Amino acid sequence: MKVAVTVMLKDGVLDPQGRAIGQALTTLGFGGIGEVRAGKLIELELAETDPERARARATEMARRLLANPVIESFSVHIPTEA
Amino acid sequence: MRAGIVVFPGINRERDMAIAIESCFGQAPRLVWHHETDLAGLDLLVLPGGFSYGDYLRCGAMAAHSPVMGAVAAHARRGGYVLGVCNGFQILTEAGLLPGALLRNAGLRFLSMDCFLRVERADTVFTSRWAAGEVFRAPMAHGDGNYTADADTLDRLEGEGRVAFRYVDADGKTSAAANLNGSARAIAGIYSDNARVLGLMPHPEDLVDPLLGGVDGRPLFDSLAAALVA
Repeated sequence: MKVAVTVMLKDGVLDPQGRAIGQALTTLGFGGIGEVRAGKLIELELAETDPERARARATEMARRLLANPVIESFSVHIPTEA
Repeated sequence: MRAGIVVFPGINRERDMAIAIESCFGQAPRLVWHHETDLAGLDLLVLPGGFSYGDYLRCGAMAAHSPVMGAVAAHARRGGYVLGVCNGFQILTEAGLLPGALLRNAGLRFLSMDCFLRVERADTVFTSRWAAGEVFRAPMAHGDGNYTADADTLDRLEGEGRVAFRYVDADGKTSAAANLNGSARAIAGIYSDNARVLGLMPHPEDLVDPLLGGVDGRPLFDSLAAALVA
């Protein structure tokens, strides 16, 4: 079962990469851009069939490695099959 | 006194560190591979600079969970000395041996240049050969050296005298211009609560010989040699 973990810098942590992306978009002529924040999406293929157990395992993985709680927050979701 | 340098795949500053240690300690360090777990007989463990595991996920994140780090943490818990420079500092924060984290430089650029550091206290095993407030030059070479921690942690670090070095100008004054990577409160290096674990971003090991352009970094290693031989 596939699980997706999204890792973002916490609110309030300066995201210079996001800001640079925003500036580049403005340079390209895209108007009305507010704050831009960049993060990571990590897809895990887990040997689980129960969504709740898969979610719990991915959450534990995020806590231990995928996200650094000092600077990042994360969310776990199970993508719906297309 | 015996020093060990922990070598992770992707590290590239271990030889500079070995030269500095041998030059100041009079004894070559042991190079410890990241799979080793027996660090018996080593008084000082050094985590050098580089790009451990390609800096995948976050700088230092993979190295922090490698087999050797359990032994490094046990060494620190026993009151052993640990020095982490650059990627080594990032690894120490990722491993939870030092608080806070290192973010992308505020200006987004990789900074390869000299900086000036102010020694915040001179009563630790790492800094006894300096005077408090003394300024020295050190090369820096990093893309992710922007130290951050929450305000409570920063207040605690300052209150407990755990800020080791700050980015300053040549006169020892902090300023936005001198704080090249945008670190919180211009922090370039911090100590653990027992001041036996030190992490810093710049590279004192690269200024230990006049042939390298100066000896500004030498007091760090002379301090350690004096403390650990005694």
